[in-house]
Amino acid sequence: MVALTYHAPDSLEEAVQLLSTARQPVKLLSGGTDLIIQMQGLIQDERLVVDVKKIPGMRAADWMEDHLRLGPSMSCAQFTKRQDIQAVFPGLVEAAYLIGSTQVQGRASIGGNLCNASPAADTIPALIVNRAACLIQGLNGTRRVNVEDFLTGVGQQCLASDELLVAIEVPNPAARTRDAYLRFIPRTEMDIAVAGAAVSVTLDDTGVCTNARVAIGAVAPTAILVPSAADALIGTKLEDDALLAAAAASSQAANPISDRRGTVEFRRHVVGVLTKRAAKIAANRVGAL
Amino acid sequence: MSEAREFKHIGQRTIRPDGFDKVTGKANYGADLSLPGMIWGAILRSPHAHANIKKLDVSRAEASPDVLAIATFEDFPSVNAAAQRDGTHREGMMDTACNILANQKVLYHGHAVAAIAARSQAAAIAALDLIDVEYEVLTPVLNIDDAISATAPILHETMMTQGLAEPATEASNVSARMELKKGDIEAGFAAADVIVERAYDTPTVHQGYIEPHATTVVFNDNGPSMIWCPTQGHFDVRARVAQLLNLELGQIKVVASEIGGGFGGKTTVYLEPVALILSKKSGRPVKMEMSRGDVFRASGPASASQSRIKVGAKMDGTITAMQATLHYEAGAFQGSPMGPGCMTVFTPYDVENLYVEGFDVVVNKPKVAAYRAPGAPQSEFAAEMAVNELAKKIGMDPIEFRLKNAAKEGTQTIYGPKLKVVGLEACLEAAKSSPHYTAPIPENVGRGLAAGFWFNIGGQSSVIINLNPDGTGTIIEGSPDIGGSRASMQMMAAEILGVAPSSLNPIVADTEHVAYNQTTGGSRTTFATGMAVVEAAEDIVEQLKARAAAMWNVTAEQVDFKDGVAQNLSGEDQLTLAEICASAEKTGGQISGRANINARGAGPSFAVHICDIKVDKETGKTDVVRYTAIQDAGKAIHPSYVEGQFQGGAVQGIGWALNEEYVYSKDGIMENAGFLDYRIPLASDLPEIEAIIVEVPNSFHPFGVRGVGETGIIPPLAAVGTAVAEAIGQPISSLPCSPPKILKLLMAAR
Repeated sequence: MVALTYHAPDSLEEAVQLLSTARQPVKLLSGGTDLIIQMQGLIQDERLVVDVKKIPGMRAADWMEDHLRLGPSMSCAQFTKRQDIQAVFPGLVEAAYLIGSTQVQGRASIGGNLCNASPAADTIPALIVNRAACLIQGLNGTRRVNVEDFLTGVGQQCLASDELLVAIEVPNPAARTRDAYLRFIPRTEMDIAVAGAAVSVTLDDTGVCTNARVAIGAVAPTAILVPSAADALIGTKLEDDALLAAAAASSQAANPISDRRGTVEFRRHVVGVLTKRAAKIAANRVGAL
Repeated sequence: MSEAREFKHIGQRTIRPDGFDKVTGKANYGADLSLPGMIWGAILRSPHAHANIKKLDVSRAEASPDVLAIATFEDFPSVNAAAQRDGTHREGMMDTACNILANQKVLYHGHAVAAIAARSQAAAIAALDLIDVEYEVLTPVLNIDDAISATAPILHETMMTQGLAEPATEASNVSARMELKKGDIEAGFAAADVIVERAYDTPTVHQGYIEPHATTVVFNDNGPSMIWCPTQGHFDVRARVAQLLNLELGQIKVVASEIGGGFGGKTTVYLEPVALILSKKSGRPVKMEMSRGDVFRASGPASASQSRIKVGAKMDGTITAMQATLHYEAGAFQGSPMGPGCMTVFTPYDVENLYVEGFDVVVNKPKVAAYRAPGAPQSEFAAEMAVNELAKKIGMDPIEFRLKNAAKEGTQTIYGPKLKVVGLEACLEAAKSSPHYTAPIPENVGRGLAAGFWFNIGGQSSVIINLNPDGTGTIIEGSPDIGGSRASMQMMAAEILGVAPSSLNPIVADTEHVAYNQTTGGSRTTFATGMAVVEAAEDIVEQLKARAAAMWNVTAEQVDFKDGVAQNLSGEDQLTLAEICASAEKTGGQISGRANINARGAGPSFAVHICDIKVDKETGKTDVVRYTAIQDAGKAIHPSYVEGQFQGGAVQGIGWALNEEYVYSKDGIMENAGFLDYRIPLASDLPEIEAIIVEVPNSFHPFGVRGVGETGIIPPLAAVGTAVAEAIGQPISSLPCSPPKILKLLMAAR
């Protein structure tokens, strides 16, 4: 009656082979903290579950010449303990730290958070502002897609049926660049973002912002990059006017829904507030370098 | 009884006898019993909030080899169609039966329609697809305004409003009206210098007990059937199941498992009768469990409410009149706690002129159940908010304003009796001198204060204490322990017998091993069952004296018993309790004490809470930065568990005030049936709740006990509401104070 098939391939080749020859719908399993809950209602449906954690490199995080190569299945608990990563991408680490509880973080992974493609996923805005790209392996080879282009809708990304995410590549930031991520929840933890904002800023020696990226979450079908908010920061010293302009740009770019977690008006307003506050935190981090 | 009385065990902080098994995972809860040959039941639930069942066809399920039994409403022998025809139908149980398995109509999203038993839980759930139901979907009625409008769809075609001046002639969604008055309300308002009149509303909230409902049952034709379940009242489970299934009380044995929270929500039956029907039909033990979603959608939450309050006072602070119109949602079937809501609303105040009108309203939501001081948090929230606003208008400190009008010994209540000695003034004084209230209000923080009143009850309790030959013993009680009561029973018995509390093992016996006990509710257990324990222990003391007298060849009058030792008053002889027990064989057999009482004289408990809240003005997010709960316990038998009750009540009330609410779609589908989106406070959300125990003894209890379990949930709603109002400089009239609502108020004020 229960037609669940489970495979845990040891190599990328085997995984791709499994995916391309599967007759039944496939579910890729990383930490499983989203997938297992989603599958509870599907106990009778045929599914092939491919656990990708045993593929070499999937749970590692290594510094390459010009980027951090992050294995998609590395647990958030391991990731957030990496002080070398935190020193460079504090915003990305704080986003990973917000996912679920301590127990959940033992399994949850950034690649899983990304591929699950929830509009409210915490790590996605932080990956976007850090110009992260997805390395994708399929039957016909590999391709690279920027995170902001990887996501196509609520719970949707651009992986083809024979493809899987094999690495997330986060380029080394420019000098005097730091990121920050903030989300709004009505409580202190164990909740899902009602709105989220990540900001990365580059400041020159005089404190003028020479480059910035802003991405917002939980306020549209996918996390979105907001160039207009970044533009509002670039060329300023992040004075109140500039921060307010960035906030307004984020609010304007937002396209939220009303649901049990918040209203359209609330999300639109709060994502602006978070943008402003995250920009300030990121700038302070540069200042502390 | 005197306040200066010295106790040996009472007032100590002993280790609870049930604690070790609970923290090590050995305790057995509702879902922990499995039996040989056991099968699983599952329930088909309504996907609609309001619909007629046009067809309920179980033939495909019946034909399936996987299905071992099916239950529908027709399986309730005492309420089904046949019983209605031949006049044996029991009217009182009709709503309970229809709530457990729908009768021709579903009245809320998640309403049970039919049940199936199969060899595994997965097979039972899968087999639910074999039941064919055809619904005629009706417009749902989802709030009080909709329910009482002239054009509202009617939930129950035969329900007429009770309690109207003129008997009702048409069906209505208002099941009952209640009116209470004292003095002359018009004259009272005419004498007022300042009047505050406002409307308030509160949402549907759930008790949020961590353990979902679960049961394992065995039907037995040749002896009592067995029901194992977590419940606050296993005798009540027995009575309800007996009525629903037309059985005698002696044909059912109910075993109360350990219970993972109840708060009033585990005082009725949902799965137990259904499981017993399935067990009878299949001849197998049957286990059933609710999922968390089932618990939210289809157990009994607390009523949403709408209140209109009018309070008038003179400039010197004397309240001259208080008036309330209260509407309570009952859920799908009549019976909200509107009555206690009306009775408690103004009881903290000694005021000449009062008028209260209450309405019980049915809506397409689950039938409500008790939740800690049922009905009082809603109405007292409204009253306390208005009182705070009035105090502010007059320019009086909220504690001084309350002290000037506080209910005290001799105050005539609106519902009947005059108050005996009560501790409201003592709580207000304790609040006034508390470290919290005397601390200045920090910048950007709003401070709120509110009082609360709850009656507490006594009632029937039965206790047996058996002593062993070595002097240890067992306290056999029948009050399920939802707040540490076993520790309190142990301490009270130990105090009387003069032995170590740990030498007496308290157990909550099943319905066959102890006589009837009323449900654990109404904050009655430490008071009433405690009284029975004391009486049973005193019964033992008399026997110990008689046995010692027999050993010394004197009369019992010549024996004193103190601190566990019998003393021969006509000599130097002494015998310890253990020595008397060791010789029991020679003096007439073993020693047991017994008490079967109907306890009178329950002492009301008043509380005063203080709350400091900070609000993020850009997002509307609230942060409770300091909180103090002050309450009259009468006498705290075990101070840690009394403080725990204060703190737990405060936390649940804070949740009610800040973020908890049932969210329904316009079609009546519950959208947040889980702890992710039904937001009870987390430990990290709250500061330590400072608990201050006030002790104004209740003279009717041997140690002065008042119940403490319920009052603590009442003041937080208005303490939090007022603190938020102070922090944002805007009046609060609607709970919860969730960020979107608060931000809207802040934006509108800009």
